[in-house]
Amino acid sequence: MHKIVSRRVLGQRVVELEVEAPAMSKKAQAGQFFILRIDETGERIPLTFAGWDPEAGTIMMAFLPIGKTTNHLASLKVGDSIRDIAGPMGEPTHLEKYGHVVFLGGGVGTAEALPVARALRQAGNKVTVIQGARNEDLLMYEDELAAESDQLLIATDDGSKGYHGFGLDLLMKMIEDGEQIDMVHTIGPAIMMKMTAEKTRPHGIHTVASLNPIMMDGTGMCGACRVMVDGETKFGCVDGPEFDAHKVDWDLLMIRQTTYKPEEEASNERFKKIQEKGCECEPASDPDSKVKEVAGN
Amino acid sequence: MSDVSNNGGAAKPKPSKLNPNVVPMPEQDAKVRAGNFDEVPTGYTMEMAQEEASRCLQCKNEPCRPGCPVEVPIKDFIGLLRDGDPIAAANKIKETNNLPAICGRVCPQEEQCQAPCVVGKKGDPVSIGALERFVADYQRDHGDHDAAIELPESTGKKVAIIGAGPAGLTAAADLAMIGHSVTVYEALHAPGGVLAYGIPRFRLPQAVVDSEVEMIKKLGVNIEYNAVIGKLFTIDELVDELGFDACFIGTGAGLPAFANIPGENLNGVYSANELLTRVNLMKAYQFPEFDTPIKPHNKVVVLGAGNTAMDCARTSLRLGAEVTLVYRRSEAEMTARIDELHHAKEEGVDFQLLTNPVEVIGEDGWVKAVKVQKMELGEPDDSGRRRPVPIPDSEYEIEADAFVVAIGTSVNPLVPNSTKNLDLNKWGYILADPSTGATSKPGVYAGGDIVTGAATVITAMGAGKDAAVAINRYLGGPEPEVAEPEEEVGTA
Repeated sequence: MHKIVSRRVLGQRVVELEVEAPAMSKKAQAGQFFILRIDETGERIPLTFAGWDPEAGTIMMAFLPIGKTTNHLASLKVGDSIRDIAGPMGEPTHLEKYGHVVFLGGGVGTAEALPVARALRQAGNKVTVIQGARNEDLLMYEDELAAESDQLLIATDDGSKGYHGFGLDLLMKMIEDGEQIDMVHTIGPAIMMKMTAEKTRPHGIHTVASLNPIMMDGTGMCGACRVMVDGETKFGCVDGPEFDAHKVDWDLLMIRQTTYKPEEEASNERFKKIQEKGCECEPASDPDSKVKEVAGN
Repeated sequence: MSDVSNNGGAAKPKPSKLNPNVVPMPEQDAKVRAGNFDEVPTGYTMEMAQEEASRCLQCKNEPCRPGCPVEVPIKDFIGLLRDGDPIAAANKIKETNNLPAICGRVCPQEEQCQAPCVVGKKGDPVSIGALERFVADYQRDHGDHDAAIELPESTGKKVAIIGAGPAGLTAAADLAMIGHSVTVYEALHAPGGVLAYGIPRFRLPQAVVDSEVEMIKKLGVNIEYNAVIGKLFTIDELVDELGFDACFIGTGAGLPAFANIPGENLNGVYSANELLTRVNLMKAYQFPEFDTPIKPHNKVVVLGAGNTAMDCARTSLRLGAEVTLVYRRSEAEMTARIDELHHAKEEGVDFQLLTNPVEVIGEDGWVKAVKVQKMELGEPDDSGRRRPVPIPDSEYEIEADAFVVAIGTSVNPLVPNSTKNLDLNKWGYILADPSTGATSKPGVYAGGDIVTGAATVITAMGAGKDAAVAINRYLGGPEPEVAEPEEEVGTA
């Protein structure tokens, strides 16, 4: 059991939980992920580390309540527990001195930005973080990222904050302006990462993407997370999650991500109904009004 | 609950003429069971068990016993059962086997203990597996599961076991019974390894696994879940920093193999591990009560010829699909147990043998059909089996919306690659002494599928058992008196 020791809403909608995981907090590295299962009937979902504190023995996660499990997770309060957390999983971000690195985070993908930016900077890089989101409400860690990077740029699709447009537009502008960029690290929706790969390819900029295929065990056992990289089948959980973005079969990833869409929607609808009714069968998620605002919007 | 009306009664008189036929175990009707996840064979009654036990000749030289990888005292337990004491019989088995209710169900007895059975020379061999299952279930159902447990004095030595599967649990139990402090590190959130994620509930009910694991915990074994060794801790850290005096690696089967044919990454293509883990461990058949989904497929093609392929086929049937099983050789070469083949056929799995898939055909990203090719058997290959040769122009398509690949696994590199000075073979499996499990690294032992590649539950248990003996010697612990009556076990 992993007790929740703090809960914050970042910006308006992204939820950050800090949970007890003493051993993991001493092992987590930038770019890695963990798999959690909230309770006995829960599914196993992967989330990238948003941070860790080895002294406090805690790890951090940041997520947008969007499906059943994330909505359930968002409904938990300080003092509640998550039944299972396994990790750290996956290979950490490859660290070397590239020169100027741009971290391009889209949506909730920005959750891993802090540790990755910090690690890349510690490796001697100049780090620009571009945070793209649909709107201002979905932004996260602005102050922290400003402090941990050499430059933080914000883009929102609706122009509610920062540049009006995509984060990728800002990256393209930097490239067009002739700014030296030695590596791009991107994480976010698959379509955004695909577009990023297509844009950096002609410029020969090494681009690494952190993929988010469907996973179950996270240890290489089930193969649900297979992705095609450079014509070869790889397992996202053990070979990744980071791969050369120019070699990833993005269309395959996007199709595979939709495998359980109808089931995921049905599960989420069912959960919302149960939450509204305050059903006894979900004891860990007693709705309180604040939580409902976060989960329901 | 077993249907028992004769608890501890007098032994039935030994029939003057030996019945050459085994007492059949009742089963759920094939049509009914193909629609549920309940166990297929429902188990003997006390009368049936005693009748079957009375077929045992009680041979002095016990030809059956060496057939068992953990050398269960078969003659003695059957004698105790025949004499009307199933609980004493269960305790007798537990002198060498901590998972009897599981072994009684999933061991290939026909190739092991039952193969040398003298009764089997002229008729059916004694159904040792069914009797083992009966006495273990009887003990569990009658609340006497742990009556015989007496915890030994601590040796002060700490042993880490990697993986709570058959090999790890067996090693853990044996070491705990000697008095070593045992911690099992399990990567998943539940114990059992393949018993939890792989073997379906209709072959091995959850309650059976749970209760055998409970028994092992009562020996003082501590199980740490969600502990992925190689990531959370390395073997070297367990020894150097966490103070373990020895380690046993029993991490089991590894990454699923695929057939390397076009279309294998389409939606609707699963490894056997994925299908079975979703259903067995994550209980996807109870979606949406359980959050993990499984697609409601209509027509499933399963590739493979082993027990896992049968499990996939029968699981898919129970999820409501029509199932075709394809295999490139003939039935004679199939590695599944006869019982499993028989059950799959009875339940309605369509076997298309000498049939090899060459492509998974998709539409909009989803499986639409599996293109197969007919084969014929040619000359024997390296494995001694006749090589399947494609018949020209014999390709055809089997309509399908799912394709399940059950053709084995390759090694999971997490532990082998994160451990210093651990010698591996050319496929990446851990090199270990076959009789002790000793690896190239002092104090580190290994057994089960991570050493042998995919094998059986009981083989892994045998390796766990052998390693426990070797680890105890390495630690200078007391020699367990396994051959003595149970009240002295582990108290030395």
